Amino acid sequence: MLVYALKRLLAMIPVALGVSLVCFLLVHLAPGDPLSAVLPTDASQEMQQEMRKLYGFDKPLVVQYGIWLGRVLIGELGTSISTGRPVVAEVGKAVMNSIILAAAATAIGFFFGALFGFVAGYFRNSWIDKIASFLAVVGVSVPHYWLGMVLVICFSVWLNWLPATGGGPGGSSDARSLDWEYLKYLVLPAITMSVIPMGIIARTLKALVAEILNQEFVQGLAAKGLDDRGIFRHVVKNAAPTAFAVMGLQLGYLLGGSILIETVFAWPGTGFLLNSAIFQRDLPLLQGTILVLASFFVILNLIVDIAQAALDPRVKRS
Amino acid sequence: MLVSQAVQPAVAGGTLRIGMTASDIPLTTGQTDNGGEGMRFLGYTAYDSLVEWDLTSADKPSVIIPGLATSWTVDPADKTKWTFKLRPGVKFHDGSDFTAETVVWNFEKILNKDAPQFDPRQSAQGRSRIPAVASYKAVDPLTLEIVTKTPDATLPYQIAWIMISSPAQWEKVGKNWDAFAKQPSGTGPWKITAFVPREKAEFAPFPDYWDKTRVPKLDKLVVVPLPEPNARVAALRSGQVDWIESPAPDAVASLKGAGFKIVTNAYPHNWTWHLSRVEGSPWNDIRVRKAANLAVDREGMKELLSGLMIPAQGFMPPGHQWFGHPTFKLTYDPEAAKKLLKEAGYGPDKPIETKILISPSGSGQMLPLPMNEFIQQNLAEVGIKVSFEVVEWNTLINIWRAGAKHESSKGATGMNYTYFIQDPFTGFIRHLQCNLAPPAGTNWGHYCDPEMDKLFDAVRNTFDPAEQTKILEKIHEKYVDEALFLMVTHDVNARAMSPKVKGFVQAQNWFQNFSSITMD
Repeated sequence: MLVYALKRLLAMIPVALGVSLVCFLLVHLAPGDPLSAVLPTDASQEMQQEMRKLYGFDKPLVVQYGIWLGRVLIGELGTSISTGRPVVAEVGKAVMNSIILAAAATAIGFFFGALFGFVAGYFRNSWIDKIASFLAVVGVSVPHYWLGMVLVICFSVWLNWLPATGGGPGGSSDARSLDWEYLKYLVLPAITMSVIPMGIIARTLKALVAEILNQEFVQGLAAKGLDDRGIFRHVVKNAAPTAFAVMGLQLGYLLGGSILIETVFAWPGTGFLLNSAIFQRDLPLLQGTILVLASFFVILNLIVDIAQAALDPRVKRS
Repeated sequence: MLVSQAVQPAVAGGTLRIGMTASDIPLTTGQTDNGGEGMRFLGYTAYDSLVEWDLTSADKPSVIIPGLATSWTVDPADKTKWTFKLRPGVKFHDGSDFTAETVVWNFEKILNKDAPQFDPRQSAQGRSRIPAVASYKAVDPLTLEIVTKTPDATLPYQIAWIMISSPAQWEKVGKNWDAFAKQPSGTGPWKITAFVPREKAEFAPFPDYWDKTRVPKLDKLVVVPLPEPNARVAALRSGQVDWIESPAPDAVASLKGAGFKIVTNAYPHNWTWHLSRVEGSPWNDIRVRKAANLAVDREGMKELLSGLMIPAQGFMPPGHQWFGHPTFKLTYDPEAAKKLLKEAGYGPDKPIETKILISPSGSGQMLPLPMNEFIQQNLAEVGIKVSFEVVEWNTLINIWRAGAKHESSKGATGMNYTYFIQDPFTGFIRHLQCNLAPPAGTNWGHYCDPEMDKLFDAVRNTFDPAEQTKILEKIHEKYVDEALFLMVTHDVNARAMSPKVKGFVQAQNWFQNFSSITMD
């Protein structure tokens, strides 16, 4: 197992390097001026050149990449062009907010997704299956920014139960606590965000449970006289690795935040930060945020792979 | 990171919460970013400039008035030498004194790279605002001398952009602008008491403000960045904020129906097509320029925008002090337009085919796609076939800086651009002065007319405000009579607010006064 984990860890290095190169190049190859956030619109050519030099954008791309990568390796993501604040601090705070949102959405999504998936798979073609399948399809199909707006209209504007936007009272997520005054800001974005993983997990598990139930070993278990509860336990055990894998990927998406959801709810997470960075063309912030998000995927993939191998020896052998 | 400040006695005016369109809190150090909105909320609130805008009237365009300077004069023998008399007894929020030395220190923070207080971010925002300034010195504690590179009567307008931060506070926080940003200090009517990046800034009244008529009546002012229009509307409707900037036009009717106030006013802003005057451009023919201006159905466009625009009658909004008396009227007359095009050698069988650069969004661009498509249809009806080159807003800015001759303009003969037109330089001179053609400046279309240049020189050399206004009127008349731009509309700076907000007077200006406001 240790050898397997080490191999996976080593395989991660070229992937991480590739990710860093892609995210560096992507933002540099996009049209527009990286200094547009700090330059007044009618800045002179001389001033533009001067600022380019100041921020190091006058150097060849390869040199810029080398400098950037060197800093990244020591955990230094540079300084935001538009605010002058360290990117690490900006991304760190946003990541914390996205983790809180993702955790809440995961709890909701995983619980209902697994419930719908198992129920629909176990009671195939019954009305329970139809309702659960319908909800799962709605979950993956509905545009979530639209759902977010509908929830805001219902629960914030009409009923005035929950806040429409922001990360906390007075627009601030600072001093976050388990206090309802803060938690209520989490409810609508978390529900909105949970809908997609809920649908995906439900659909995956439904198919998987149905497939497992058709396998010979289930018939064998039944023939041996195992009761339904016992068979269900075996089904769960067989379905769990796949459920974990799916949830791991979904968790990656959720941790990355959703630009749309976080923008609709003005939730101060990574999606909102990414949105700001794009609109302000704040290259260091954009690169830093994308790199952190991409790293989430790489690390989560690693964790999921190792967890899968631990749960299912066939994965390790393959 | 909450900033602790001395607790002020409540003025019992309540708390006003504003949803801005910015995606972050603009710079809090003095010279702000985020354009006009940054100066509106984080500039003129917490800071003052030597020269200010009169923001007390909604009925007439704003004019400049004394601020931290009580008067300014130019040396009759040397028109480059200005003397600013400063206001006595003014204190910064930290309790230190405002003097001529502090003004010099502030010029150094944006102009002198070798000064310890030089701040690249504030410099980037402020330096280009005061191109005329060559040198400055404190003559005595309340007298400042500024020398300009050449005689330039527009200097007071330029100085109105420069926000005065406290040197004492900068020293106190360890000579560090990032630390200063968290504990800012200016001389403005509001003190910044809390600042959470990307989330909110809070202000409390500054009871020792030098202008007692502008000591805020509210207990607290909170600004929150809400870049998404629907999120702003939802926040207003759910009572999370009391005021939002720029509600989406399609939300206006429902907001009005729900009892919210939509406040609008004329302000120095226009939405135009900047026309190329390089060789080969069809717009070099005045008949074609006039025909295009007569072909646009501005009232129809007003309907499209739910009434949130003022149809252009010129480059300046109607009623502006520099409007003058142009003879060419911007009516909707497609027949006259067709006639003019025929005279110019074009017709249904020989339409003009040309390309215009537009952006899908951008600061001040209103609703660029449907508005441009509307004009495209109008022009097609008289024989001008327009195709669009759609580029991202920041790319459009770069192309604007590069000029119509540059390859990035891709042969386009016009560009849809919105302009801040609050002072003579930003309003007129920068667009059309011969020596400001790119790369030297932002005369994108490479227009050059010696007669216009003479008028621009006259503006810079006329130090009597009334005489200067007469010249600015002449310039505007030339802008309109020669149809130098496709003049389409002016934005009305719409904001939606709760009926609880009382006492707001929307000045005809990019900046606003929040001191008169109370909450029910």
